[in-house]
Amino acid sequence: MDVLFILIPAALALGLLGLGAFLWSMKSGQYEDLDGAAWRVLQDDDLQGRHGEPD
Amino acid sequence: MGFLDRDLGSFVTVVGDGIEHMDLAVEGVRCAGCMAKIERGLSGVPGVTRARLNFTDRRLAVEWHAGSLAPGDLVDRISELGYRAHPFDPGAAAGAEAADSRRLLKGMAVAGFAAMNIMLLSVSVWSGNVTDITPETRDLFHWISALIAIPAVAYAGRPFFSSAFQALRNRSVNMDVPITLGVLLAMGMSLAETFTGGRHAYFDAAVMLLFFLLVGRYLDMNMRRRTRAQAENLAALKGETAAKLLPDGAIRSVPVSAIDPGDRVLVAAGERLSVDGIIETGSTEIDQSLVTGETAYERVGPGDRVYAGTLNMTGALTVQVTAAAKGTLLDEVNTLLEVAQTARSSRLALADRTARFYAPLVHTAAALTFIGWLAAGADWHAALTAAIAVLIITCPCALGLAIPAVQVVASGLLFRAGVLLNAGDAIERFADADVVVFDKTGTLTCPERSVVAPRAVSGETLERAGRLALSSRHPLAAALVSHAGGKAPFHGAMEEPGRGVRVEVDDAELRLGSAAFCDVPADVAGAAETGTDSLVWYREGSGTPVAIAVTQALRPDARDVVAQLAERGLRTMILSGDRASAVDVAAEALGIADRRGGLKPADKIAVLEDLKASGHKVLMVGDGLNDAPALAAAHVSMSPITAVHLSQAAADAVFLGDRLAPVVAAIDISRRARRAMDQNLWFAALYNLCAVPVAVFGFVTPLIAALAMSSSSVIVTLNALRVRTEARRLGIGSGAD
Repeated sequence: MDVLFILIPAALALGLLGLGAFLWSMKSGQYEDLDGAAWRVLQDDDLQGRHGEPD
Repeated sequence: MGFLDRDLGSFVTVVGDGIEHMDLAVEGVRCAGCMAKIERGLSGVPGVTRARLNFTDRRLAVEWHAGSLAPGDLVDRISELGYRAHPFDPGAAAGAEAADSRRLLKGMAVAGFAAMNIMLLSVSVWSGNVTDITPETRDLFHWISALIAIPAVAYAGRPFFSSAFQALRNRSVNMDVPITLGVLLAMGMSLAETFTGGRHAYFDAAVMLLFFLLVGRYLDMNMRRRTRAQAENLAALKGETAAKLLPDGAIRSVPVSAIDPGDRVLVAAGERLSVDGIIETGSTEIDQSLVTGETAYERVGPGDRVYAGTLNMTGALTVQVTAAAKGTLLDEVNTLLEVAQTARSSRLALADRTARFYAPLVHTAAALTFIGWLAAGADWHAALTAAIAVLIITCPCALGLAIPAVQVVASGLLFRAGVLLNAGDAIERFADADVVVFDKTGTLTCPERSVVAPRAVSGETLERAGRLALSSRHPLAAALVSHAGGKAPFHGAMEEPGRGVRVEVDDAELRLGSAAFCDVPADVAGAAETGTDSLVWYREGSGTPVAIAVTQALRPDARDVVAQLAERGLRTMILSGDRASAVDVAAEALGIADRRGGLKPADKIAVLEDLKASGHKVLMVGDGLNDAPALAAAHVSMSPITAVHLSQAAADAVFLGDRLAPVVAAIDISRRARRAMDQNLWFAALYNLCAVPVAVFGFVTPLIAALAMSSSSVIVTLNALRVRTEARRLGIGSGAD
């Protein structure tokens, strides 16, 4: 059962990583405009490197 | 757009480092192409550092180096691109709601994370309990669960705890009280079990309950926020601004919220007033229809009182802004409104009524369980365990979701049908309504005017008049614009504010405007007057003047809506502030027998009170300032988006568009939603009926608690979703987006 001492912290760490990633994505405003994001992915003006939006 | 001559400084915020920021509501954005076009178009303006359009709420955020451009240039640039944009009052944007929704989402994420990890450990304990888990391993798992659950519950449970605390402090009970009690007791008992090395802990149940409830609350909040955002955009697009006259004589366009009593405001001919006040200079005719329902114009001059929402027809005015003074219409409306709103705040929503009935029942059941076990000779620990199990398993998971889940689905459907809800519990009240009371002006009739009998005027004349009207900002001219046949306005057309438009075409002068402006002899002008319609005169050179009658026509589907309401067993009625003769014309056309005209705000309330006393539940639909108290006093109320501010705020829902169909849709959707709510409540009752005996007799294990709670939540949610499929089958709540 010693394996538990590795597995449980590993499981918790992975969960926390996911939680952290979610909170970060929320803070950086990725949930502000869900409809817009769906459309933006179809724009290819970033290919010409002219008006790419950094954020 | 006329923004170049106005200073938009009040809409700009400084965001540090010499960068200025402005938010705009944009109209006409339909696809990704529009989004790219606007962003690219603005990025090309020198000085602009960032332009980003939020496609979800159709709002544009622009930032630029301070001093490099005037904010008005941006608005003009957007209109060059083919969209209408209006600056957003930074004070009006709802920051608190966005923060609330973000807090709920964070709580949901934390509860979700905790629920997953605790479940991981709980499943091991459950399967270990029936096989060969050692007590040491079980204790370890319980301790780890406790360490995850305590901070998670403390963080994610705050919205429930604070709301329950508030309710208890006001000596009342809401749904959050049993939720809080259940969660806290489950946590407390689990901790005690953990300390004493017991077999059962309920950490998973407590955290999962919070997670499910937070999901429901977040969805609810989000829907309301989306509705609010839409309403705010429309308000901004309506241009809720006033031209403030500064002491140095400059004119500045400011949001209405930045106008104080004592300020002086300029109102051009054809503009709608956005403030209440007393006329200082200028005289004009005022269209009061949005305020009193009266369709005939009133002549006003210096010293007369004017109200926000009225339309200045003919002359430019300087208005001194005043607060509501004693004895004015506004004062009367405010007093009535206050009374109506106090009466309304004592009304209980279905969810709270259920909680009031449910909480004592459950708490008594728990107490009886405790006493019963003690009396049967059990030790107090076993008795307490059984009593707490009752509280956990009856845990209002299903009940807590029963109504909000349906509300989310129904308000989403209503949103698509063009109805924006102000109050979440309006849905259940819409379903109750059995009498629909309409205001006439602006509600049964279109807020905009149209030509009465287009066929009575020759097509060519009407087209020329329409093209001339394109050069005018006057509200009567707007009625003619649609007859321009898509042609461009005449080159060089000149508007004389408050009088008319003229242009030279092929050596003849075309004139469109008042009788005096077109040199119509007084006897001809007098003979043409009908008393109900407004006349616009059109004349080519010295030819025969043509009178074009313009009026607020009935909404295109008003007749159908009245018929559909009758089909659904609802009585319809008209209560109007307009003259009885004008009301009769509309009522006859619609086939409404019950009508009253010439009513004051207090009279409308009196009629509503009579209806209430005879046991009717009234749905009031109105738009005028004079309707605001009635809207607040009615069982449930709606107003069109064109309504005055006060009425929109007093109504339970606002509907969009030119048609009345949303009224029927609101009733249809709400009736279905109400049925689903009832089903959910009955299901929750049934669930409790089965679960409570199990708990009372001490058979509840954490596994059973977790299964029972999550399955009941899922069933309630699925039943709520059924409203959507049902509505889709009937074709309501779709398409009109």
